[in-house]
Amino acid sequence: MKTLNFRVILFAFALIFGIVFSIPSLTQSESGKKITLGLDLQGGLHMLLGIKSEIAIESRTKSMAASVKYIFDDEEIIFDDLRMVDGKQITFELLDADDVAKAKELLKKELEGTVLSEDGLKFSLEMTAEEITRTKQNAIKQAVDTIRNRLNEFGLAEPTVAKQGEDKILVEVPGIKTQEDEQRIRELIARAAHLQLMAVDEDRAARVATMSVNEAKSFGDVILPDVNTQERYLLRQIPVLDGSMLTDAKVGFDENNQPVINFTLNGQGAKIFGDFTAKSIGKRMAVVLDNKVYSAPSIRERIGGGRVQISGNFKLEEAHDLAIALRSGALLAPVYVMEKRSVGPSLGADSIKASSMALALGFVLVVLFMILYYGMAGVVANVALIGNLFLILAIMSLFGATLTLPGMAGIVLTVGMAVDANVIINERIRELLYAGKSVAKSIEDGYSNAFTAILDANVTTLIAAVVLYAYGTGAIKGFALTMSIGILASMLTAIVGTHGIYQWILPRIDKKKLNFWFGIKAEGAK
Amino acid sequence: MEVFKYKKPLSLMSKSKRFGLVSVILLVLSLGLILTKGFNYGIDFAGGTLVQVKYEGKAPIDKVREAIGNDKNYEGATVTYFGSEDEVVIRTKMSSKSLGEDIGDKMRTLLKDTGNFKVRRVDMVGAKVGSELREKGLMSMLLAIIGILIYVSFRFEWRFAIASVLALVHDVTIAMGAVVLFGIEVNLDTLAALLTILGYSLNDTIIVFDRIREGIRTIKDPDLGAIIDESVTRTLSRTTLTSLTTFFVVLTLFLFGGEIIRGFSFTLLVGVVVGTYSSIFVASPILMWLGFSVSDFRLKEAEKVKREKEKEKMRAMYENGTL
Repeated sequence: MKTLNFRVILFAFALIFGIVFSIPSLTQSESGKKITLGLDLQGGLHMLLGIKSEIAIESRTKSMAASVKYIFDDEEIIFDDLRMVDGKQITFELLDADDVAKAKELLKKELEGTVLSEDGLKFSLEMTAEEITRTKQNAIKQAVDTIRNRLNEFGLAEPTVAKQGEDKILVEVPGIKTQEDEQRIRELIARAAHLQLMAVDEDRAARVATMSVNEAKSFGDVILPDVNTQERYLLRQIPVLDGSMLTDAKVGFDENNQPVINFTLNGQGAKIFGDFTAKSIGKRMAVVLDNKVYSAPSIRERIGGGRVQISGNFKLEEAHDLAIALRSGALLAPVYVMEKRSVGPSLGADSIKASSMALALGFVLVVLFMILYYGMAGVVANVALIGNLFLILAIMSLFGATLTLPGMAGIVLTVGMAVDANVIINERIRELLYAGKSVAKSIEDGYSNAFTAILDANVTTLIAAVVLYAYGTGAIKGFALTMSIGILASMLTAIVGTHGIYQWILPRIDKKKLNFWFGIKAEGAK
Repeated sequence: MEVFKYKKPLSLMSKSKRFGLVSVILLVLSLGLILTKGFNYGIDFAGGTLVQVKYEGKAPIDKVREAIGNDKNYEGATVTYFGSEDEVVIRTKMSSKSLGEDIGDKMRTLLKDTGNFKVRRVDMVGAKVGSELREKGLMSMLLAIIGILIYVSFRFEWRFAIASVLALVHDVTIAMGAVVLFGIEVNLDTLAALLTILGYSLNDTIIVFDRIREGIRTIKDPDLGAIIDESVTRTLSRTTLTSLTTFFVVLTLFLFGGEIIRGFSFTLLVGVVVGTYSSIFVASPILMWLGFSVSDFRLKEAEKVKREKEKEKMRAMYENGTL
């Protein structure tokens, strides 16, 4: 009789494959593909962010208004009463009917995706529906990129930032040590970093203390507070320019050795800034960041070169984070937290300890039980079980899958359920042995009798696991994943593997020692 | 070792009414609990914030309650020990959309004077996400059941499918009843446990049904009751053993797996016991009550075989060129 057979060879390959590819994960070596620990095991921050995309529409409209003003000024078209309505519409009036055709043509050329409607010399400009959708989509894409840039620049290991569904952003940051660090990271993400240079409305500035928000609006102004003091500023609603024209931002120090942020504007920005400062000598210009006024110096001369400084009694750390935020660009729309889970590193370590303990104990119990009840047949089943565990680890390593706490529970559960196939097979073999069949015949028929039951049972469990994977979130997905892999791997190890082992050792099975081999005292066995 | 050595079939079907009564009582009790007391939804489904705080030494739980009670925003917040006396969990219905200062940071400030502590976990779920997760959870349950119905109908027969799904509903309902009874918080992992019970209990039932299907083909006696008795007895040893090994590992998970997955492991523990019971005593009688007829099934099988043979004959004729 042949000793080696294809089944046992297949199993041996699977076992070697399992061991080789699970080594990087088990030893936590630097090289090789390995399992990543979920945030609940290694500690970290998991957040699902929502985005207020209507704000992106509003700021887009605002910058459109700034463009209109710039274009008309540049072409010397006289206009009046330029303002924003409901955060999505711009209205203005042309004073000279001769300019209408030229103005229309210019706007059509310069501002794509807008519709212009006219009522005499009064005009209103709005984004098209497609443009609005595009702007919203763009806002979320830009938010994902911006947040990713910020986290990368912050120097964190492997943060994940990804769009989820239509309008959500998933952020996962592993390896945060303290709650204070976490707060800093959250603030960095949340920072709109919306920089605007705005002209102070000097004509009415003296009345700001008594002016209402609505009154300011009627003049096309806004009232914004100072970042440090109680002071309020009356500013022109439409900014001179905004952070989109910024090319670099660095932390520097002023003459008093206070941290400041120096930023540089691109060519277009520098030109606008130069022109504006030349026209506005003696007036004030406010540096506004996230709707707070950081400084509002008087313009003494034309400023060329596009270099601007923000000072605001920063702490060094704050200036550093702010510079990162400015460099990586503004968020077109603010984000807010929909779901947040953060786990400290010590809790993660405790969870690993506890679940490994449960896994080890559960494993030992099952292994002992199988040997006690089935003798050598139990040993064979245990070999398959070990192979199964290695295979789960190897497959997860190769896919770079994430192991979560529920995932660990899934592995523990697999240990209990993977031996099930062998229990079914062993019971069938025993039945046949009781019925007086030969050992070889009992094994062969035992496997074929047991197969449909095992297949149907596994497929149904797999259905539940797949649904769980499709509908589960975060850590639960990990549970469904380990369980599915465990079930599939057990088909190979517990059915094919053990069958191969029996065929391989069949010549050595002593039919007089059935108690040793199968744990039974069968009288009639041949 | 041999514990369940087959000698003769146990007469289970004759006692099926009694088992049925036990199940009905358990079901009614569970449904009563679910409807009157209701689920203790955790933050995953209800929304809110959970803050886990570990102290150096015993946690001053009264001081913690007082400190949090001082802030009107957190009225109704509960503080309980978690796993050990060093650790407490604060639960509040509040959630905050702000990234800057979240409830975890605020708790840290509130608890400043209560001793040396570390905030180890902050989970916050907004109300919208909570209701989304609840919908998804229910949906996943339904989808799993539908998937199982289709597969079992395809592999066995529709009555088998109905019987196995009813047994599942039985198990999940009783497990949910136990969850309510013991005031276990219902979170995503509890849901995962319930879905695992679906898979697990079905696994058990399928093994018994597989035996019944085999029995229908091999046992001469067309009495379904006798076939069921024989099949259940034949698989009794396997059902019990597998349940035992699974029970062992779930028990170790429950005892040593840590506080965080205790809700999960508890639910599973109940599910393993109920699932085993139902696959032995509940699923098969349902098959009988649904009016499954052995002779009809055999007839159909025979017809299937006949059709297959005819098809083959036709094919052979076609290949031989006689058609």
